This record gives sequence, structure tokens and C-alpha cells, in this order.
Amino acid sequence: MGASEHKYNRRETLRKMLGSGGLFAIGGMAWAGYVDEAKKVDLVLRPPGALDELDFQKACIKCGICVEVCPYDTLSLAESGSSIPIGTPYFKPRDIPCYMCTDIPCVVDCPTDALDESLVSIAKENGTVALDINKSKMGIAVLNTETCLAFWGIRCDACYRACPLIDEAITLDLTRNERTGKHAMLKPKINNEVCTGCGMCEHACITEETSIYVLPIAEVKGKVHDQYIKGWEEGDEARIDTTNVYKDTKTNEQSTLDYLNDTESLFEDE
Amino acid sequence: MSKIYNNRFLISRRIVQLLILGLFIASNYYGFKFIRGNLSAAKLFDIVYLADPYAALQMLSAGMLISVDIIIGSLIVLLFYGLFAGRAFCSWVCPMNIVTDTASWVRRKLNFKIASGQYLRVNRKARYWILGLSFIVSAIVGVAAFEFVSPISMLHRGLIYGLGTGWLIVLMVFIFDLLVLKHGWCGFLCPLGAFYSLIGKYSLLRIEHLKDKCTDCNDCKLVCPEIQVLDIIGKKSGYISYGECTNCGRCIDVCEDKALKYSFKKLKL
Amino acid sequence: MSESRRSFIKKSALASAATAIGMSLPASALASDIKSIEKFEGWRWDKSVCRFCGTGCGIMVATKNDKIVAVKGDPAAPVNRGLNCIKGYFNAKIMYGEDRLKQPLLRVDENGDFSKTGSFKPVSWQRAFDEMEKHMRKSLKELGPTGIAVFGSGQYTIMEGYAMAKLMKAGFRSNNLDPNARHCMASAVAGFIQTFGIDEPSGNYDDIEIADTIVLWGANMAEMHPILWSRISDRKLSNIDKVKIINLTTFTNRSTDLSDIEIIFKPHTDLAIMNYIARKICYEVEDAIDWDFVNEHTVFATGPVDIGYGMRTPDHPKFTDKERETVKAEASKVLSKTEGVTLAYLGHKEGDTLEMKNRGSAGKHWKITYEEFKKGLEPYTLDFVAELAKGDSEEDIDTFKVKLEILASNYINKSRKVTSFWTMGFNQHTRGTWVNEQIYMIHLLLGKQAQPGNGAFSLTGQPSACGTAREVGTFSHRLPADMVVANPKHRKRSEELWNIPQGTINPKVGSHITKIMRDIEDGTVTFAWVNVCNPFMGTANANHWIKAARNMDNFMVTSDGYPGVSAKVSDLILPSAMIYEKWGAFGNAERRTQHWRQQVTPVGDAMPDTWQYLEIAKRFTIRDVWGEQNIPGLEGGLPDVLPEAREMGFSPDDSLFDVLFANEKAKSHTWPDEVGNGFQNTEAEGDKRTVMGSDGKEWKGYGFFVQKYLWEEYREFGLGHMHDLAPFDRYHEARGLKWPYVDGKETQWRFNSKYDPYAAATGNTDYAFYGPALKALPSGTLTGIDNKEKTGLKNKAKIFFRPYMDPPEMPDKEYPYWLCTGRVLEHWHTGTMTMRVPELYRAVPQALCYMNPKDAQKQGFKHGDYVWIESRRGRVKTHIDVRGRNSMPQGSIFVPFFDEKVLINKVCLDATCPISKETDFKKCSVKIYLV
Repeated sequence: MGASEHKYNRRETLRKMLGSGGLFAIGGMAWAGYVDEAKKVDLVLRPPGALDELDFQKACIKCGICVEVCPYDTLSLAESGSSIPIGTPYFKPRDIPCYMCTDIPCVVDCPTDALDESLVSIAKENGTVALDINKSKMGIAVLNTETCLAFWGIRCDACYRACPLIDEAITLDLTRNERTGKHAMLKPKINNEVCTGCGMCEHACITEETSIYVLPIAEVKGKVHDQYIKGWEEGDEARIDTTNVYKDTKTNEQSTLDYLNDTESLFEDE
Repeated sequence: MSKIYNNRFLISRRIVQLLILGLFIASNYYGFKFIRGNLSAAKLFDIVYLADPYAALQMLSAGMLISVDIIIGSLIVLLFYGLFAGRAFCSWVCPMNIVTDTASWVRRKLNFKIASGQYLRVNRKARYWILGLSFIVSAIVGVAAFEFVSPISMLHRGLIYGLGTGWLIVLMVFIFDLLVLKHGWCGFLCPLGAFYSLIGKYSLLRIEHLKDKCTDCNDCKLVCPEIQVLDIIGKKSGYISYGECTNCGRCIDVCEDKALKYSFKKLKL
Repeated sequence: MSESRRSFIKKSALASAATAIGMSLPASALASDIKSIEKFEGWRWDKSVCRFCGTGCGIMVATKNDKIVAVKGDPAAPVNRGLNCIKGYFNAKIMYGEDRLKQPLLRVDENGDFSKTGSFKPVSWQRAFDEMEKHMRKSLKELGPTGIAVFGSGQYTIMEGYAMAKLMKAGFRSNNLDPNARHCMASAVAGFIQTFGIDEPSGNYDDIEIADTIVLWGANMAEMHPILWSRISDRKLSNIDKVKIINLTTFTNRSTDLSDIEIIFKPHTDLAIMNYIARKICYEVEDAIDWDFVNEHTVFATGPVDIGYGMRTPDHPKFTDKERETVKAEASKVLSKTEGVTLAYLGHKEGDTLEMKNRGSAGKHWKITYEEFKKGLEPYTLDFVAELAKGDSEEDIDTFKVKLEILASNYINKSRKVTSFWTMGFNQHTRGTWVNEQIYMIHLLLGKQAQPGNGAFSLTGQPSACGTAREVGTFSHRLPADMVVANPKHRKRSEELWNIPQGTINPKVGSHITKIMRDIEDGTVTFAWVNVCNPFMGTANANHWIKAARNMDNFMVTSDGYPGVSAKVSDLILPSAMIYEKWGAFGNAERRTQHWRQQVTPVGDAMPDTWQYLEIAKRFTIRDVWGEQNIPGLEGGLPDVLPEAREMGFSPDDSLFDVLFANEKAKSHTWPDEVGNGFQNTEAEGDKRTVMGSDGKEWKGYGFFVQKYLWEEYREFGLGHMHDLAPFDRYHEARGLKWPYVDGKETQWRFNSKYDPYAAATGNTDYAFYGPALKALPSGTLTGIDNKEKTGLKNKAKIFFRPYMDPPEMPDKEYPYWLCTGRVLEHWHTGTMTMRVPELYRAVPQALCYMNPKDAQKQGFKHGDYVWIESRRGRVKTHIDVRGRNSMPQGSIFVPFFDEKVLINKVCLDATCPISKETDFKKCSVKIYLV
């Protein structure tokens, strides 16, 4: 083996290494890019007790045990191509809602705690902790008041009667029907604080396309600023997060000075 | 009779593969409590969890604290393959094995010589790079990266819970193995196989070669999906010591000289 | 999914933004354009009525190309002003379910011959009528007119009910025609007849807008009368502080939401609660009594208590030993501690055995004095009644007492107008007639009856329980316009109007609906025809009747639009045209009669029920049925009326069709008729389908306007007899009319001279309870008659004293729960129609067992568990619901009856009110255990 050959081989090896390294990097980027895209989801409903979506996806091992133990066949594992991160459990309440088992087998049997018992439990007076499915937050029901028959005056309120937390999560709001002059409208109203997102309302809705939807909480939750407190409601302070108070602002920001020094703009019309 | 004898481990593997799959499916559809879940994680006899240690490691690198159930479940699986069965997961459990074996069988039947690596040069070490990469990607993206693209879980989960368009990926693997690269998926790319190759290196169950009986017919090499592990054939007696050997027993099946057999490695104390 | 959700959010955000700034499109601009829009070309709108409950909402039906394409609430209808409930919303959809019956189906063996054990195969109409005729003839020959029976309905159109009543009573001379309305309205009817001498409410729905207090006594109006409930809700909103709603119920239901006070009482103790109110009036605030009203317009009365519970006697061979444990009360009962108190006025005490001597004369009653009446009320102190009636063991007794006092004061307060509503809580009650009478007792004592906003108002469940079952009289004891078969004058008048020989009508009361079932089991009825109902699912103790229909030598026919349990147990199934596939009319709970035209051709080979009745009439001549007939229990039987028939110009070979339905009068109503311009009439002229009729030839119609004929003939019964209806055509101009319709005007409040021409005609300037029935009474004391001489009580109503008695079956150690059954808003009755609407099915797919969570916990059940519910008679399994729409007090469960997979009537007890013969579906005792 001559020196030049040796040199050639070294160059070849280097080239190969660079090539492989490049392939490795590109493959890794493509892979990461794909997974990052594939894990994006904003409108999927998870079983009770699911961690926040990102943590949930981290924690879920996609074993399907929750699907198997669900007595109502509510849950499915996302298939490839379903626009839901593959292999993760979800449910579509219009097909089968969560029937809110009190023993919550899907959560209890989850091996990775992606479905977290602590999120569907309450501390009892005697210090023990007990499962409470009513604590679950799978989503929040949202009403389309344009297509909800109750808002037309029709006596429906099927969602209200289907609600496992009737008179708490859904209440009826009575208003007079000015058109007929003698009927009241019994309009369903959702209480976001109580609604678990089980979807029994969505399942029961009798309009052709459902008029009451369960959406993931992140999609529908509004938030009022922490700097305003309802003057008319005692104890509303409890609502706000006091860690969020304003930091001291620096005095004489450059932008302030710039503004004040710019008198020219006052004479632009001249 | 001899035909069955000559395929005894192949048949056994298929039975075991299908039985495991069948038990999973039955537990989903009929509520059997024998083994619930799938190959990612499962609950055995409604008592103990089993878990895929590779998936668990990916979750760990994705930044997730692993639950006790999963740690124990992974350890059971690790110990089983690491101490006892070697890389047997790939040949005795993995449903994708049926797909890739079929591709390989079709190749042989049609006498495909193409694509034995002529068009695509891939190193058998690629899988270890992919394995490593999967942890990096998991860490970057924050989820178990291989679980998003794994044809194995897609197929297995799909058979239990519904396949969706997952069959496309399975078909992709089949075509890849058939037309592009012989034993391409299991032998070159699959990081799960790579993972089990690493942990299965020191297992007790091994293929033992008896050189004295060997006639150098090389039938074993014709069927072996990991041909490089058979480097001692006809040269010296001993255990096939590579972790990449899947303990599939296909070489034993086809060896008419009884020069290959399963045996337990004697511990050198 | 995600796409549609995403777009939904966007859409609804836009929509709410648009409405927020007032951008909705002007409706009037749209309306004028709508007819010119191409896609609406060929649409025909016509007014009609909702198929479902007794509220009687008007709807508009749109048809195109002979299909119903849409419905809308009729904005001109006074009841609902364009609104509907969700059942009404699906009126169009119920017509076109996949499994509509489209051909006659007969049980046949492999040779195609009828076989009781055969499988259903399609047959021609001709074959169907051949088989029916054969088996009717067999039954008539072997058993006489009482060997056949018809299950009628409160869902008959008025013309159908009238045609069947005439066919059975004038044709076959059988009074074995009784409607499912027996299960729902009979106690109200008996209450009306005994109190006022005439059936049906004095008020109307406008009472809702006038009343200050609305009291629900066993009526979950929020679910069962949804549109009326929205009117009550509006009334409440109109003056939230003044208007009070009080809900008396045995468990918390949806009507509680709106109520100011909810009173959960123990089943059956409504009898005691009412006596508490009356006692308070008579003992504590006697001034509250409207003495002028009471002295002028009422008398006091009472009746016997040893009247049994409408069951068969315990010696009946078909009872099991378990059943006998309950049924033994029919012969005699040992008085409970409570009864020892409430029946003390008769000299009884706790532990005494009460022999049921007046089982056969349960309805008899006599006049008593006010002092006697008052004496009877003595035991019903607040303490006693509260102790007895408190239904929720977790409620504090003092709270309960306060509620009772508030209830009483709402009635007593002279400045408040009070309307009391009830439905099945009162009516389905082993003392249903009594409890109906008691509510009038309160209203009459206080002079709060028959005035706008003041009155006791019986609601009906079915769309024509009033219009058909009651007004036409498709009951085993009735004739049209409140007449009865037992009264010779009524028979004579009916025979004249029907133009049939004197003596044709059978004077012996036939079998009520539960008795028809019992007769089938006893083999004394061997042919039965189910019309527009589902009695094998809807009758209590159903195991007996289902077995009898399937296992005994008899022939069951069911006419229906959809297959249900009754069709399943039948031998022949006839496909019926549904509501808008025929001309018809319904009468709702406020005496409002509403007509509609046939909108579309029936599906398949289905034919209108009227046609089916008239075609079977063609198969029998008057010779077959008008000769001498043996009637069990009627001495001498029925006379041979053929000689008189001959004198009247009939030939013995004339068919019942010729005599009863195709006579000269009928043919004078010609078709086509102006009122039917542009509409079809399958009975009159056939239709485009070329159905092969009962004679095997293409059906081409009767050639006359049969529905109008039936209407106009039926109308004659009521004219001048306090039941005046308007001419046929008039109803096609109006949105329903409330009878009596006199001088072109409907009547808003009956018995009130200001509104009711009949009351005014009596000369009374204020009120006249002019109903003519049972208006001569002997007199006596609480314990019995002491003066047999009858005195008349013209234009007076009766204030009854009725005591509290226990129901025949109460929870005990072995069967610890009360079972109550009923309906849900989403489904109609036995679900044959609504369970086929996918949306309604999905909303409520299964009848659940509603149960108190503590009871469930005690038994180790959790929500959703699958359980057996078992009584002494049978068992069904379903899932437990411990949350949601009904919340039960401990010791009670509720299971709706719409679900054939949870056939709860297998569990229920077939005890009835001995006077009204209406079954108590609200009370029996059961045990519950895991499947």
C-alpha cells in the first residue's frame, strides 16, 4: 500500500464518516421534524385523569390497557393517519361518551400514570384519598346557540337530562319567549367549573350535527387578568394568582425620552 | 413428517407469535384478563405489568419520570431477555417478523438476487446509530420518538385496536425487504432489534455449533437473517455469541447434519 | 373530526360576533322570497296535529312528491304557537323508519298454512282477511260475541275509534272493546262522572296563564307535557314572586326545578294529604269554605271501602304462590295501624280483617251531610298525615309539615287562583277514582272550580284519549257522548242514531283492557285484535298475557305501523297507515278537537285502520251476528233482532259493511269534496299504489267520503247533549275547537254560566254542574245508606269523603323497594315509534333503574351496575342510575316502560282501581340484585 493510496483511503474514510454523519444528522432532523408535527394535536379528548397534553404524550406508552378496561368501549387508540398522535387513547363523545365509572378502571390500570389518579381523586375528611370521577376534566362542553333547539324555544333539553351532573354542570336558564307570549325557553347553560367533559350531552344531542360539543379545556378556557377583581362578589380575590403582580418599571425608559423629545411630530401638518 | 421436523422451530415460532397476539386480541375483545395491553406495556394476569424497556428509555430521555409500574415491568422484560432468551423477542414475539420472514421467503422462492445490497449500501451497524438517534430525537421533541414511527407497534397495536393507515407502513417494510434490501428492516434498521441485540448478548440460551457434524453445506447461511453471526460455521465448535442472533432456530431447522442445536451456555464460575 | 371541530369554533365565533352586533338577517325579507326559490317548488303545506301526547300541539306538514319533507310547529296553533318538543320535532321522521310494516304477515308452517307455532311470512290482504274471518267465526260460534275482543286506543283517530265502536257494539254486539286509555285516563273519567255527571275538564290550558298557584299532583309535566311546561315556566317568569309552583311527587323529577316547593310523599299517601287539606279547611279555617258555592252547587257524598283492588281472586289457578301473597288482599285484608285510624269511622281497628264485600259494587255512593263529611276528616291532623306521608326519610319532619301547611294555605288563600294538574300519579292508583274525587273536594269546598285560573285539571297522556277513547266511548261500558251500554235509554238513542234494530246493543258491560288479557288467559276470549297500541308490552303482569297469547289456542291480530311486542306475540300482523297517511282527528286534554287531511300515500301495502275495520265488516252478514246470542251473565242473552231488521228494510244477507258503514247516509257524503281539494283519500278513492284489497282485486275506494260520514254521524250523538262538535269542514278552517261548540262558538270554561251556554241555559247565573250521570242518590251516614229513597241533585257536583287505605302490595323484608314506572320526554309510550328515530334512541337508548345512591351503596351496587329487578310476578334486568334526571328517595326506584328490552310490565302488579279499572303502574314492591 503506497502513501498516496493510504492518503486516498484516509480521505475516503473521512468522506464516508462525513457522509454518514450527515445522513445521521439529516435523518435525525427529519425524524424530529416528523414527530414534532405528528404530536401536534389540539382537539382531542383524552380519558379522565390525563395529564396535560404534552406531558400526557410523554408519559403514555400506548399500551391500550385503558382501552381494554373501559366497560363502555368509549376509548380508542389513535390509528395511523387519524390526525391524533398515533397509539394514544382518545374518545369521541358523539360516538360513545365517557360514562364516568366511579371506579375509573382506565385510570387505575394505567401503568405509566399518564392517566393520573391524583387528578381524579379527592381528599376525604378522614385523611384518606378517594377516587372521584366528578373531578375529571376531560374537556368542557360548548354550546352552539344558533342550532340548539332550546334556543329556538323547542322543548328539548336532552343534554341537560343526559348530564351526569344535572343541575350542576348543566343548568336550565329560563327566559320568556316574547314571540309566543306564553311559553318559556328552557335553555341549557354550561357551568365550566363543574363540567367534566364526559360528553354525555354531546352524545344525547338530537340535532343532526351535535349542537353541544366537548372541546379540550385548552381550546375553550378564557382567562381574566389577575389585576381585576369583581367588586360585587365577595372573595373573588381567591381567583387571582398573586405571583403575577407587576414588577417595578424602570424609570425614564429610552422610549419615553424619545417620545417626549420628538416635538416635530406635533408640527407635521404645517 | 420430515417436512414438519425440518420446520419445527419455524412452526413453533409462528405458533408462539400468533398465540401471544391472539391472547392480546382476545383480552381486548372478550375481556380475558390473561394479558391485556400490547407489546409496549401489558398487564399479566391482572397482577403484574410488563413493559418495553426501550420505550421506557425513550420516555426517560423525553424527560418523563418513569412510574414504578413501568420500571418493574421493564426490569422483568430486561432480565428475561438479557439473562435467558437473548434476542428471541425478534423471532418469537415480534409480529413484524412474520412480515419480514415472508418477504425473505418470497425472495428465495422467486430467486431474487437483486437488492442484496447492490443498490443500497447499508451497514448492519446502522441500527445502532438509529437506536442512539432515537434517544436524541426523543430528548429534542419531548416524546418517545420511535413510538411515533415504529412499524412494529403500528402493526401489533393495529391488529389489536385497529390499524388505520398503519398497513401502509407495514407494506413499506415488506417491499423494502423484498425489493430493496434483503433482511433490510430486521437486520439493518430496526432500533428495537438493535436494543435487544445489545441486551441479549450475554443470555444463556444460545445456538451451539458442532463443527464435527458440519458438512459445510451452508444451508444455514442461506436462511439466516443475520448471516454475520454464523461466522464460526464449519470453522470451530461453540456458541453463536453475537447478540444479533435472534435465536430463531431456523438454522437448526435446515441443518440436516444436526450440527446446530439450542443449548444453554455454561456459566464459567 | 378535528377539522370539523376547528371549523365549528370559527363558525360559531363568527356567528356570535354577527349576532352581537345585530347583523341577523331580517326574517320577513326571507319569507317573501321563499316560495320563489326553486328548491321549494312543489312544496305543499297543510295544518295537522302532533302524533304524540295529550297536549295537542298543532304542526304544519310539508309534502313534496308524495313524501313528507318537513314539519314545523304551527305558529297559529293556540296551544303551542309554533313550538314543539323533541318528539314533535321528529314527526316527519317517524313515518319513514326502516322497519315500517308494509305487508300483512301471517304465522305459517312450511306448507303455507296458518300455524300457531309457524313463522311470519308475507301474505296478501285477501288471505289476511280470510284468516281473520275464519278465526272470528270460530270464536263467535264457540263463545258468542264475548269470545272476541278489541284492544282500542287513545291514539285512534276519532273516526277510527267511532268506526270500531260501531262495528263492535252495533255489529258484533260485543262490548269487549277497551282502549289503552283505560290504563291512563279511566280514574279521571270515573272521578269526573261521579263528581260532575259528565266527563272531561271544565277548564282549559289558558288556566295556566291565569293561575297564581299551580300544583302538580303526580304529574311530571316537565317531561310528559313539555309544551305545557314551557307555558307554566313562562307563567312563573311573568311574576316570579307571586306565582307559586308546588310539585307533589314520590321522587325528585325534572318538574322540581321550577317549583317553589317540592313535596316528596310516600306512594299512595296523596289520599291522606288531601284529607289533611280538607281537614284544615273544615276544622281550622271553616270561613274559607265558599258556603254559597257549596250550598248552591254541591252535595256531600261517600261510598264503601271494602271494594278490593281490582285483582282476580286468589283462588285463580294461574296464580303462582308468590303472586297469591299479594292477591289474597282481594278477598280480605288485615287492617294496618294506619288503616286502624283512618277507617275507625267505620268501627274498624288495627288488626281487624276487612272482607271485600263490595268488590262488585265499588262505585256505589250516597249522600251525606256536611257534619258527617267533617267527621270523616277528623283523623287527618297535620301530625298524623306528616308522619304517614313523608316520603324522603332524610327530610326533617318539621320541614315536611311546613311544606304541607304552605300547600294548604295556597289553596285556602281566597286571593289566590289555584290550578291543580295531575296525570298518572292520581289515575294509576288502586284508589284512583277516590283521589280524583278528593282534588275536586278541595276545589269545590273553596269554590275554586270552573273559573279561569281556578280548577282541578286532569291532563291526558295520549293525543286522543279525550277525543276518541272518552268522547267516542271506545270503552267496554260506554257509547258515544258519555252514554253507557247499561242504560236502556242510552242504548235506545244509540240504536236510533245508528239506524239499527232496538235490542241490538249488548247491555252487559264488556271486559276492560286488563280483563281482556285475563279473559285470553282464561280462554273466554279466543280472538283479539290490537288497534293502535301495544298492550302486550303496556299491560301490567305481562308474563301472564304474553304466555297466554303465544301458548293457548287463540288468534291474535295486531294492526300497527311498526313491529313491537304485541305484533311479536300475534298470529297475524296488519300493516297500518300512520298518522299523515290518512284523514283523521284527535281531541286533546282541553276538549280541543283538531282535524287533518291525508298528506301522503301510505308506505308499502299499509292501509288505514278505518279501511281494515270496514273490510272485515264486509265479511259478516247481519244474519251471522244479529240472531239470538248467548252472553255469559246476561239472562236470556241477546234477542234475535233480524225480524226488526227486515222491517227496517235490511236483508239478512246484507253485510255489516252495508248496514253500518255504506248506508244511504254514508253515501250522501260524496267524494270528491271541496274540503279535500288537492288531497287524496285512500279509503274513498284508492291511491296510486294499486294495492290488492281484501277481495284480491285492486283497491279502488268506497266512492264516498267515509271519514266525513263517520264524523257527521258521530257528531249527532253530542248535538244538544252537551257534547256539541262542529261540522267537519269547520275544523279545516280552525286550529282546533273546544267543545261544546254551540252557535259557532267554542266553550272556554264549562259549568260557568259566563262561558258555557249549557250552564247559562239552566237558569243559574253563576255555575251549573249539569252533567246528567249519577244524579239521583240515596242518603245516609259515613257508615252506610239509611234512606234508600233517591233524591235528585240536578246541576250539582258532589264533594266526596274518601279515606286513606294502604295499597295491596307494599315493600317488605323480601321485596324492600317501591317500584314506580312511567315515561320519559324522549320516548313515546312503548317506544315503537320513537325508539326507531336514531337521534331519540341515541339520546335515551335504555330504560334505567333510577335509585338512591345510599340504597345502592347499602346493596353494594355502583352506578352502571347490571341488576335484576324482581317482583312476585317476574323480573327484568337493566343498569342502575344513581345520578341524573330522577333522584329517588331511599326505598324507591323508578324504571320507565318505553324499552322492550327492559319489559318492566313483567314486574308490575295488575291491581286496578276497583271503580275505574285502571291499573296502578306506580306501586308494587320489588327486590334488586346483581346479574
